[in-house]
Amino acid sequence: MKPQRQGALMAAPAAAVLAGVAVVPVLAAAWLSLHRSIVIFHEQRFIGLANFRFLLQDARFWSALGHTAYFTAVAIAVELLLGLPVALLLHRGRGLLRAAVLLPWAIPTAVSARMWAWLFNADYGLLHRLAPGIDWLGSPSTALHAAILVDVWKTTPFVALILLAGLQTIPDDVYEAASIDGAGRARTFVSVTLPLLRPAILVALLFRSLDAFRVFDAIYVLTEGGPANATETLSIYAYKTLMRSGDFGYGSTLSVATFACVLVIGLVFVRVLGRPR
Amino acid sequence: MKRALPTAAVLAFFVGPLAWQLLTSLWPEPELTRSLPTSLTLANYAGLGATFARAVLNSLVVAAGTTALCLAVGASAAFAIAKLEFRGRSLLLGGALAISMFPPIATVSPLYLALRAVGLRDTLAGLVVPYATFALPLTLWLLTSFFRELPDEIYRAALVDGCTPWQAFVHVFLPLSWPALATCAILVFIFSWNELLYALSFISTPSKRTIPVAIALFAGEHVEPWGQIAAASVVATLPLAVLTLLFQRRIVAGLTAGAVKE
Repeated sequence: MKPQRQGALMAAPAAAVLAGVAVVPVLAAAWLSLHRSIVIFHEQRFIGLANFRFLLQDARFWSALGHTAYFTAVAIAVELLLGLPVALLLHRGRGLLRAAVLLPWAIPTAVSARMWAWLFNADYGLLHRLAPGIDWLGSPSTALHAAILVDVWKTTPFVALILLAGLQTIPDDVYEAASIDGAGRARTFVSVTLPLLRPAILVALLFRSLDAFRVFDAIYVLTEGGPANATETLSIYAYKTLMRSGDFGYGSTLSVATFACVLVIGLVFVRVLGRPR
Repeated sequence: MKRALPTAAVLAFFVGPLAWQLLTSLWPEPELTRSLPTSLTLANYAGLGATFARAVLNSLVVAAGTTALCLAVGASAAFAIAKLEFRGRSLLLGGALAISMFPPIATVSPLYLALRAVGLRDTLAGLVVPYATFALPLTLWLLTSFFRELPDEIYRAALVDGCTPWQAFVHVFLPLSWPALATCAILVFIFSWNELLYALSFISTPSKRTIPVAIALFAGEHVEPWGQIAAASVVATLPLAVLTLLFQRRIVAGLTAGAVKE
């Protein structure tokens, strides 16, 4: 058998699995989104773009989109600002510190959200014991920020590790050259470290934006989208429409809309990353 | 000593909440209103019962199944992408990357209907296949970059010795790749152990819940059983903490592989 044939054969099972679990389902979701489909009534009827027309006027969709965008933007900004100093600390620190920082990343998001729900508890939570007076999860103005804090705790380690990998690719002689040129620590950081870290920062930004935009676990476990839908993101709205209301038509429309947003974010990043400096 | 303060702050923020959860799990339930417990107890762990033990077992089965499936179909594909010329190999690798970025909610509705149609909804086996959505792209990327680093001469020497490409993969490359397979297995295991959305959507029988679902839906009869939830969290975290501490180098290398180029 020709090596080409054999290569294709060896890759075929993986390609088939990916097609079966991802490519076909995404197309099927797009097809479902053109239907009125209520699972328990076995009702399925083609209605064209009616779901999408409804989507454009659905205030709950727009506010979920707003929450998702706000969550993504604020969480990532904080994670980058916090991840950079943590990465610098890890760069010179011990393995033990790295293992400790890795723990929040490794545990299930559902577990970390439940853990934080206890910390946020309005009566006996640790945060209440330290600084009483704020009902973190109970009031619409703080609940989304509480969710952001959980995400920051959980994923700053990931950002820091990506940045750390970037730091480790910067050769020592660059720093030596900077110090021979008389650059101080601050100047070296701004003019040498940051520019050389740009690719790692962009990669962290890409992974985290796509990941934060599909946020589900943390918020679902923390607040289920409440209070008064104040923390409802696109994934949670779509999940409730699909699994609680059993509305697979409009639920799929919401899923497709979420997918489209992620696709747009991804394409923008690919353009930025692909552009030569 | 200049770094002692930032190090302490980092530890307090990232490890402090875990320590508080551990303390809560040992805290006698009636004393939760006090500022600190007067004694410690294992009652919360004892109270978890068979349902939660079942969830631990379910998670083990699903995570191990996903790991086995992804290594079985992913290793040969990664080898083919790295060492063999065939049409569509960059499409496969690029497609895998794109798929790993998919929001899982985008495929929940069709996967639910498909699993129901073939009778796999509400089964553990019915979770393993959807978990390939995020686990298989990771496998392909990690193993492809590993096989690419092995010199082409090894492959050519195997061909000269009369191996077919498949035999070169099985007899020459697989024995060399156990460190990469191990890294990959650890990461896939962790991601599968932690997954919530599919498990929440496809499983309805309480005895088939995985740990994240069991913890997300953990409820008491009257009040939230915070001590028991904390105990369950500790049990769910322990295997991962051990994996992380033992294999942190591998995990970090695997996570950041390909993220930055030398």
